[in-house]
Amino acid sequence: MAKYRCEVCNYVYDPALGDPDSNVPAGTPFEKLPDDWVCPVCGADKSQFVKEG
Amino acid sequence: MKPYEIKKGIYWVGVVDWNIRTFHGHTYTTKRGTTYNAYLIIDDKITLVDTVYGPFADEMLEKIACIVSPEKIDYIIANHVETDHSGALPALMRRCPGAKVFGTEKCRDGLYKNYYGKWEFKTVKTGQTLPLGKRNLTFIEAPMIHWPDSMFTYCPEEKLLLPNDAFGQHYATSERFDDEVDNSILMEEAAKYYANILWPLGSVIAKKIEEVKKLNIPIDMIAPSHGIIWRKDPPKIINAYMQWAGNTTKDKIVVVYETMWGATEKMARRMAEGIIDAGARVKLFDVNLSDRTEIISEMLDAKGFLFGSSTHDNDMLPGIAGFLEFLKGLKAKNRIASAFGSYGWGGGATKEIEQVLSGSGIVIAQPSLSVKYMPDENEMKQCYEFATVFAQVVKKGGSDGAR
Repeated sequence: MAKYRCEVCNYVYDPALGDPDSNVPAGTPFEKLPDDWVCPVCGADKSQFVKEG
Repeated sequence: MKPYEIKKGIYWVGVVDWNIRTFHGHTYTTKRGTTYNAYLIIDDKITLVDTVYGPFADEMLEKIACIVSPEKIDYIIANHVETDHSGALPALMRRCPGAKVFGTEKCRDGLYKNYYGKWEFKTVKTGQTLPLGKRNLTFIEAPMIHWPDSMFTYCPEEKLLLPNDAFGQHYATSERFDDEVDNSILMEEAAKYYANILWPLGSVIAKKIEEVKKLNIPIDMIAPSHGIIWRKDPPKIINAYMQWAGNTTKDKIVVVYETMWGATEKMARRMAEGIIDAGARVKLFDVNLSDRTEIISEMLDAKGFLFGSSTHDNDMLPGIAGFLEFLKGLKAKNRIASAFGSYGWGGGATKEIEQVLSGSGIVIAQPSLSVKYMPDENEMKQCYEFATVFAQVVKKGGSDGAR
């Protein structure tokens, strides 16, 4: 599963970790994140993320 | 200086910082000073929107006291955690310890990590409304405009938008409104602010402006937290932000260089001539003699950049290196660049410039041009042609519009 980086603040979403603070369990691919999910660090929306690597 | 009534029952209780000359540490030169704008709303619930920089807390409290005793403040809206707007909070909270502070969740956490105050904090989200009595305040979270905690406050009854740092300018004046000051200076300072602080956040800004437009809320006054209040023509600054955020550029090239013994400067000057003759605009800066904040501001509406440096220790010179490092952080989109410079033996400056550019999002439009020691007549011709070709590419890709 690919990692995605927030172009606004450089936070990296790692599907292996998920985003527990936003109730996103470990193992959730970026593509399966809810549309209203935002970067936990800076609040940017999903469209600001780019695939890593 | 007394408080200034910006709308009936709403007062500017900010301060003018006439003498500040560098901001955000030393990342921004504020030759025209700045203001920290706080707004006092007299209603059933007495409300203060934002405060001022800490050293000016007493001046703000004196202004508030001209209208109402600070002890009577019920609500404080913290649109942004940064210390130039929250620094007076500890002094204020000592005067009105029972007041409730409103802001985003990230603002709450940030205020605590800055001041460790045990204040009653109410977390707000987009769309939530706080009734004051005759008026209401609605909150719009605005993450990364320009910090994660940032938010806008809107008063529908007054058609008043309080967007904190958005639409601000570092401009110290005795006047408070856009119709009272020289508009070319006002827009110059607004562009400088955008270029040096908000440039990397353009995509977030464009989306937020569209979101606010869709809300269809009437706005007849925009009162930011720095500088002049927009009352005559609020759409002017909104449209300017849309253009800047949309990367609208002119057929303009900014040449920035650093030179040891004048060879790279000779190249740069000939390049500027080539650009002018090709019919594009140009601005040329020796990076060490110029003000970085102003160079960045000139780059905001330029399509192309040329960066020059002599080679020193197989690398570019430190002044241009520092400049490019700052520029990299601005994540400029839809811009093109190329490198040039003089060397004595191994070279290296142009390669290092290109390396920084490759990680910056700026597209390298053509191979670099290097000259050994002093350029001869033929090499000066090459400089001219290098710039002419670059200017043609800019003219194909850039279009006049912004500013």
